[in-house]
Amino acid sequence: MTDLATLEAEIVSAVQASADLAGLDAVRVTVLGKSGSISALLKGLGSMGPDERREQGPLINGLRDRVQAVLTERKTALEAAALDAQLAAERLDLTLPAPPRRRGSVHPTMQVMDEMTAIFAEMGFAVADGPDIEDDFHNFTALNFPPKHPARETHDTFFFSPNEAGERMLLRTHTSPVQIRTMVSQAPPIRIIAPGRTYRKDSDQTHPPMFHQVEGLVIDRNIHMGHLKWTLETFVGRFFETSDVVTRFRPHHFPFTEPSAELDVQCDRTGGELKVGQGSSWLEVLGCGMVHPNVIKNCGLDPDEWQGFAFGMGVDRLAMLKYGVPDLRDMFASDVRWLAHYGFSPFAAPSAAGGLS
Amino acid sequence: MKFTLSWLKQHLETTASAQEIVDAMTMAGLEVEHVENPAQKLAAFTVARIVSAEQHPNADRLRVCQVDTVDGRKEIVCGAPNARAGLTTIYAPIGAYVPGLDVTLVEKPVRGVVSNGMLCSAAELETAEESDGIMELSGDLAVGTPVAEALGLEAVIDFEVTPNRPDWLGVAGIARDLAATGIGRLKDLSVAAVPGSFPCPIEIRLTAPQACPLFAGRVIRGVKNGPSPDWLQAKLKSVGLRSINALVDVTNLLSYDRARPLHVYDVDKLSGAVIEARMGLEGESLEALDGKTYTLTADMCVIADASGPLGLGGVMGGESTGCSETTTSVFIESAWFDPLITAQTGRATGISSDAQYRFARTVDTGFVVPGLELATKLILELCGGEASEVLVAGAAPAAPGAISFDPDYVQRLSGLSVTRERTFEILAHLGFAIEGAGTTVQVTPPSWRRDVEGKADLVEEVARIAGYGALPSTPLPPVISAASGILTVRQNRARMGRRAMAALGYAEALTWSFTSRKTASLFGGGDEAVVLSNPIASDLDCMRPSILPNLIEAAGRNAKRGFADVALFEVGPVFAGDRPKDQRTAITGLIAPHAPRRWDQGAAEDVFTVKSDLMALLEELGAPVASLQTAQGSNSPWWHPGRSARLQLGPKAVVAEFGALHPSVLKALDVDGPVYGFELWLDSVPEPKRKGKSKPGYEASSLMPLSRDYAFIVEQDKAAGDLIKAVLGADKALIAHARVFDVYQGQGVAAGCKSVALEVTIQPKDQTLTEAEIEALSAKIIAAVQKAGGTLRG
Repeated sequence: MTDLATLEAEIVSAVQASADLAGLDAVRVTVLGKSGSISALLKGLGSMGPDERREQGPLINGLRDRVQAVLTERKTALEAAALDAQLAAERLDLTLPAPPRRRGSVHPTMQVMDEMTAIFAEMGFAVADGPDIEDDFHNFTALNFPPKHPARETHDTFFFSPNEAGERMLLRTHTSPVQIRTMVSQAPPIRIIAPGRTYRKDSDQTHPPMFHQVEGLVIDRNIHMGHLKWTLETFVGRFFETSDVVTRFRPHHFPFTEPSAELDVQCDRTGGELKVGQGSSWLEVLGCGMVHPNVIKNCGLDPDEWQGFAFGMGVDRLAMLKYGVPDLRDMFASDVRWLAHYGFSPFAAPSAAGGLS
Repeated sequence: MKFTLSWLKQHLETTASAQEIVDAMTMAGLEVEHVENPAQKLAAFTVARIVSAEQHPNADRLRVCQVDTVDGRKEIVCGAPNARAGLTTIYAPIGAYVPGLDVTLVEKPVRGVVSNGMLCSAAELETAEESDGIMELSGDLAVGTPVAEALGLEAVIDFEVTPNRPDWLGVAGIARDLAATGIGRLKDLSVAAVPGSFPCPIEIRLTAPQACPLFAGRVIRGVKNGPSPDWLQAKLKSVGLRSINALVDVTNLLSYDRARPLHVYDVDKLSGAVIEARMGLEGESLEALDGKTYTLTADMCVIADASGPLGLGGVMGGESTGCSETTTSVFIESAWFDPLITAQTGRATGISSDAQYRFARTVDTGFVVPGLELATKLILELCGGEASEVLVAGAAPAAPGAISFDPDYVQRLSGLSVTRERTFEILAHLGFAIEGAGTTVQVTPPSWRRDVEGKADLVEEVARIAGYGALPSTPLPPVISAASGILTVRQNRARMGRRAMAALGYAEALTWSFTSRKTASLFGGGDEAVVLSNPIASDLDCMRPSILPNLIEAAGRNAKRGFADVALFEVGPVFAGDRPKDQRTAITGLIAPHAPRRWDQGAAEDVFTVKSDLMALLEELGAPVASLQTAQGSNSPWWHPGRSARLQLGPKAVVAEFGALHPSVLKALDVDGPVYGFELWLDSVPEPKRKGKSKPGYEASSLMPLSRDYAFIVEQDKAAGDLIKAVLGADKALIAHARVFDVYQGQGVAAGCKSVALEVTIQPKDQTLTEAEIEALSAKIIAAVQKAGGTLRG
């Protein structure tokens, strides 16, 4: 009896003393292995008489079960310790930088063009295109510019050398030629905007040689200046995202519209920040008017049947005004710091639900 | 142009304030640039009279004055030596802002005596540069008179005139429009003829009627020229003109008052008795009044006598016959010069005189002789003398014709509701003649409104005078079509491509559509047809054939600023010629990789980075990516010959090129490499064949895909793409993917060859494949590759 108790005490202390899984397994083998001490006792049961076996059997089996439990417990503890040690060894310094990833951006001028397109799309305008290299007819003559108008001079307009036919191509000075191309190629009613690049030779600090315009054209039977006013008031309110925008139509002169107007928006410029919808200053936003009867006639339409309005606005300038860009020249400088600062997220596409900006 | 309120009021009877006038001008179509209004600026300052001036008890130089002011009697401390009892001067109350001192007055004791305001000097009011003591004014002025009135200070209105309205280049013309708006009444503008007492001794000869069709003149003899009277000098000064002498000042006055430029010649300096308006002759030159000598050409209108050119007609007179204080006999020229020729001469000579500005915009053909009469009257008043008869040579160009006009058209075009009576009233105020009484009347524009050609012009006249403020706001009629998706496929692709590129980490740039011809020629451009004849700079003289050079140069500029790591893109036009069809829209991406060094040794960006981005972009655009061939070795010369390729649907349907830029191109653009990029031509991406919104049917196999690896030995120049193509072609039904995962050269592989390892994914369709079927498929794959030049690696 005391032998079994002594053996159990020895085994338990050996199990507790084992420092790792290998050591523990060695103990297990010396106890429960083929020639282990408890295995030997269990084997000895076979050679016992029935009475002795009845007495010793439960004692030896009980010993085996308790030792087995101690071994399992110790194994679990040692495994947990080993995992802890492994995880501790696997520690990474997560303050280290992750692989670099560039952040792209959309240019503010193009963002604003998308905003404009979204607003006019809601009003039923389609988008029309035209070439940047234009001819005199589409850029000037059809738009009712008189011969030798100053805009036709090399001072104001970029020209190419005359070709074999004596025709001198030019870079369009406005998006208005798209009016002509549209009226010539499609039957009214017409409701389009035409965004694009435009070019002027008379550039200086605040007028780059290339800039962006959005042209608008509506031709129908009964369109008058009141429709023009509603369209532009609606646009300006949506664009500047204010419900109480105050606009002013001021008479002006353009060869291709009659009557002509410029649209001013009431604003506050105090403190260097532009706030639309309040204040006492006026900000010129765009030029517009009723399409000149001569222009309609030049496109093969009868001005007594068809009439409508046109407008043209500078996209870069409106982007500057809306987003507080101080210098127009920076828009075309491709400075990566500027692009990151003033650019827009690709996922910020203007929408009616998400807002225009 | 500038004018003062009092000048305007000589033609317009009105009680309107300067601000009301400015608002009315703005709404009539005159763009007011700036108003300098002393009455507003100095509104706080009024006339006051010092009743007594006592020595300040605590300061030797100060006086304590009792002053009668607009606010009653005030005790004011004043340091000016001329502060004395009885002096009429200017008082500023507490709270007034004194511009010359840049301070706002507060009530505070001055050496123990409270000063209830301030007595001001001219410098403090900024009406003079400097002053000695407080203002000394006439004792006749009533206490409380505003300083602007006391000093005769006037608002000066500076404005711009649109090119269609030359009549607004005279104050009288502005008064006419303002009167029509109802802000005042137009005074009589008619001019009485001054009878001549002797025949004009100078003959006028017109030999270039295309440039000068009408010329009126007369001589005034016995004049006494000299400085103009104060009123005339002040008037010219108020609008920024310098007084010369009375004769010249009269011409300048009429230029600004009636938009009628004139010229005066000293008769004694003329050679012969004939003044001729002719075209210039080659070899002639003129010493003009600005002291410069101009070379004349046959395109310029010249006024000449027997000695040669005296002046450039309608542009500038010459030094030789100018009027001076010694002039006793003067010939006045009142002519009509052709606007286009005058404008051309102005540009050719660089002269922009008041006369040139007006003639180039068309002066009133009906005011040639009246202008001469008015000048005669003024010269006789100022300089005395005796006028000759008026001589008129030639005739004015035909007057504007009558326009058939239905007043209802005003509402139809403008939306404004203006009565027929008011319409006629407005037109009449503006000088239009109306004939007839039916629905449609005949409206004849006045001689000074040659811009008015049709009925729409008449609507503008009525609308702007009736006021654009009254325009209704009328919603556009709703459109049935295009409730959504107004963009064409190409427009939408440009939009999606822009956002896809930004999402891939590229920053959108906008660069000029032009570049230098030299740079363009590096990128396959530079044709004569796309070279600008008048560029703003020699390095911006040619339309770009590609966006690449612009982005490369942008990368270079950023690098020079210390920001070398650049990923840029642009969506924009490129030009192969000057026809509309030659313009294409490109999406161009560029990486100049200078990524920060990495602690984890991650792979650097290379040509496969741009290939990956390009493929991702094409996927976003809905391009038929699976059908695209990668063709190597036939790329444009600006690419690295071994590290660039094109994506094409066929040899003539190139969709994009990508690769590393050629080092010699980078060198020519002074940019350090490597630089990787791609250019995709949006117009070459075919539109999707599938129409409609619904997606194609969804087929997902329930059977597990399996993969098998193969290694093939091929010649080292063999394209991996050929192997992939061969594998995929072995069984199009079962083979879903084939992907290269290793390329090896070296021990175990014969020299000049390489081993390419592929993982082939097999997707069973109807049932699990048996081992025999898989073996058969393998054999097909190996055979297909064999045909393409590869042998299974043993």
